[in-house]
Amino acid sequence: MDIWLPENVSTFGQGVDNLFILIYWITLIAFILVTATLIAFLILYRHRPGHKATYIEGSTKLEITWTTATTVIVFGLALLSYPQWNRIKSPTELPPADVVVEVSAKQFNWDMTYPGPDGEFDTEDDLQLENQLHVPVDKIVHIRLTSVDVIHSFFVPNLRLKQDTLPNRFITVWFEATKPGRFEIPCAELCGFQHSGMLGYLTVHSQADYDAWKAERWPPQ
Amino acid sequence: MQDNENKSHENDNDEHHLPANGDNGTESHDHDHDHDHDHDHDHVHDHDHDHDHDHAHNHEESFISKYIFSLDHKMIGKQFLLYGLIMFFVGGGLALLFRWQLAYPERPVPIIGASQQYIDDGEVVTAADRMWEKIFDSDKEEWLEVNMPSGVIEPAFYNMLFTMHATIMVFFVVVPILVGAFGNFLIPLMIGTRDMAFPVLNMLSFWLAVLAAIIMTAGFFVPGGHAAAGWTGYAPLSADPQWTGVDWGQNLWAISLLIQGFSSLVGSINYITTVINMRAPGMTFFRLPLVIWSLFIVAILLLLAFPVLSSALALLIFDRLAGTTFFSSTAEGGGDPLLWQHLFWFFGHPEVYILILPGMGIASEILPVFSRKPIFGYHSMVYAMITIAFMGWIVWGHHMFQSGMQPGLGTFFMTTTMLIAVPSAIKTFNWLGTLFRGSIRFTTPMLHGIAFVSMFVIGGLSGIYMANTPVDIYIHDTYYIVAHIHYVVFGGSLFAIFGGIIYWFPKMYGRHMNDTLSKIHFWLTFIAFNCTFFPMHILGVGGHMRRISNPMQYEFLQGFQGINIFITMSAFTLGFAQLILLYNFFWSMARGKVAEKNPWNVTTLEWEAPTPVPHGNFAQIPTVYRGPYEYSVPGEESDWIPQAQPEHAPATGGD
Ligand code: HEM
Ligand SMILES: [Cu+2]
Ligand SMILES: [Cu+2]
Repeated sequence: MDIWLPENVSTFGQGVDNLFILIYWITLIAFILVTATLIAFLILYRHRPGHKATYIEGSTKLEITWTTATTVIVFGLALLSYPQWNRIKSPTELPPADVVVEVSAKQFNWDMTYPGPDGEFDTEDDLQLENQLHVPVDKIVHIRLTSVDVIHSFFVPNLRLKQDTLPNRFITVWFEATKPGRFEIPCAELCGFQHSGMLGYLTVHSQADYDAWKAERWPPQ
Repeated sequence: MQDNENKSHENDNDEHHLPANGDNGTESHDHDHDHDHDHDHDHVHDHDHDHDHDHAHNHEESFISKYIFSLDHKMIGKQFLLYGLIMFFVGGGLALLFRWQLAYPERPVPIIGASQQYIDDGEVVTAADRMWEKIFDSDKEEWLEVNMPSGVIEPAFYNMLFTMHATIMVFFVVVPILVGAFGNFLIPLMIGTRDMAFPVLNMLSFWLAVLAAIIMTAGFFVPGGHAAAGWTGYAPLSADPQWTGVDWGQNLWAISLLIQGFSSLVGSINYITTVINMRAPGMTFFRLPLVIWSLFIVAILLLLAFPVLSSALALLIFDRLAGTTFFSSTAEGGGDPLLWQHLFWFFGHPEVYILILPGMGIASEILPVFSRKPIFGYHSMVYAMITIAFMGWIVWGHHMFQSGMQPGLGTFFMTTTMLIAVPSAIKTFNWLGTLFRGSIRFTTPMLHGIAFVSMFVIGGLSGIYMANTPVDIYIHDTYYIVAHIHYVVFGGSLFAIFGGIIYWFPKMYGRHMNDTLSKIHFWLTFIAFNCTFFPMHILGVGGHMRRISNPMQYEFLQGFQGINIFITMSAFTLGFAQLILLYNFFWSMARGKVAEKNPWNVTTLEWEAPTPVPHGNFAQIPTVYRGPYEYSVPGEESDWIPQAQPEHAPATGGD
């Protein structure tokens, strides 16, 4: 049984994992220090006959020290996260797309719409598949997310990608998969009685496979 | 007794020399008045010739006015406590039901459910089978058949269960106990006054809360079932019955919360007024015990935050009943689902601090008393709470990082959220400082106080992960958040509540709780709590979504079934442990060891009042001479100096 992050298969996922691991170490050390101090104090200063507590009202020096130390650490963490966050979510840093797919959530399915060879939506050669997302490896994929009813959340654990979908609004997210394979796309936002089980599949193809898949769907004239 | 009377005399004399505030002035005048108006303060007269206990005797009250429509802050506090405890068991029961489903998806719940054999081939084996046979035979659609056919929890019912579990725990357990029970009981006693500023409003606040609870409970039995859109009630799921099939359930949910909001509002006005105006002479703001500071700040937060939720709820009700579209973005509508989230979390984030601040306050009372030391950094504790209260208004967007809110705002909210972790850290360090070179007594309240600190540390640290926007992309809406919530609210607030109940029980009911049972309850709870909620971090890191009824539907979650079963078993143990508390609570109320006036040797004013505390609290309004944490003062014989004890040489009192 794996009790750590599942395999990461996106280009930006490593950045997320690195931050996670950094915070993991910081919080683990903080936790150990605090807990060890706590336990040490509980043992050292337990009530014993003949010992009196020492009257200490506080220490401005200590207050300033630990306030500054924690501020520096958490602010440093924030600074480290800005570029990662912008890289993944900022609309102004969106890398140009190789492939675009429109994903529309509806209770309780993902409708994946492919624009077809002409690259345009709302044309005759559009292809709609339920719960099946096919993309090529090592290419930048744009997903135009929307919803026809309530809020859902497009979650691909292996890509470290999550984005809520909103009715009547399009939100574009991107990813670049680094490895072929089949990955699950659960819905992560409560969306009704069958929210549990709302599930799609992402298939990342090698370039050759992807071309074959395309040729099968849109046979060359 | 004799000592006390002498002390009262001293106070009495001093009172006239002190720059008394208005309240005190009235008090002194009362002294010379006659008995005939039935004013709360009248029994003051007796105190020279009688035992403290006798003060209550002046009040011949009927059962109704004493126990039901009471105007006495102590009785109202106890009413809120009982109310919260009852709802605690309702909310906990719901959780155990859905935990069963998570461990053993699609299997009948024990005791209620039919046996597997009955489901497979209709053969009656158990008493439950017979019940199900009857239910299936009957013509009318029974409640159980709709929600739990053969005892298996339906997905829609599952949503209803976790929605109501969280709603009840947040709005009907933790806030009523922390704010309603402790706030009411402690504020007048600890600031040294006879009652709340507005006793009638106070009573109204309780009975509104009862009304809200009745409406909330009624929601389970209306057609379509209870609200099932989560305690956060995200629109449009909550805004239109067509998405959930829930009709009046959601309406009642909103109406009940509106009423509960009104109750909180009334209560908070009362608390604020009381703390500002009615402090005993000498009780300056910086001599207030920290729990009073926390309740005062929380009252201000409640006053400002709840109206925001109320407006959101009102709009939601319009959307549902009047066909408006505030929260749906249809072409002709013009509303926006994100509006709901902004309103909800603008209320919701201050609300989570409402859930923790009084817990911090209670821990800040318990730790010094049982370390026999002043609280470390009293002023920075106060400033940390004030900072939290201010910053709490500008972090709500951290609940919406992945909601479709403009990502630039995410950056802003990440920064503020990271910074709000600082005052929480300051408080933790100060609690550690309080233990440093103390003389620690491991009483049961102290065990809870220590547990509070260590559990809050875990909850605060897990908050950092989610405050970090890139990491939150992955762990948002997973069990990681569920772990976080429970470490702060159960590990934090509830441990503080348990500790507070045991600590103040002698003052509330005049008896001690049974210590052996309390200790068993503590250790069982502490261990089962960690076994229940710590593994949820692991589930969250594995990507396990929250609010799903059957993890086995996902390939990537198959491996977690073992953990889910372990969590469920721990949860049942945790639930069982609470029965010990319940039993101990009621048993001790009647049979516990009779308590002295100040069994823990505490400095603060509530322990100056006689036990049981009579109507009007104090024989003589005490005068405050010092801060609340004067323990182990150098050069003193006793290791504690009560706030109300005058300076040593009696002569120094006058000028
Ligand atoms: C150290 C300080 C804290 C930080 C940095 C922090 C951070 C966060 C963040 C970022 C979230 C949103 C996670 C998400 O939805 O992705 C969250 C959720 C939550 N926090 Fe905290 N938190 C802190 C302390 C507290 C405290 C003291 C409480 C309450 C007693 C609390 C109660 C909650 C609750 C109830 C939720 C979940 C709401 C929901 O979605 O149902 N947190 N916290
Ligand atoms: Cu969903
Ligand atoms: Cu928050």
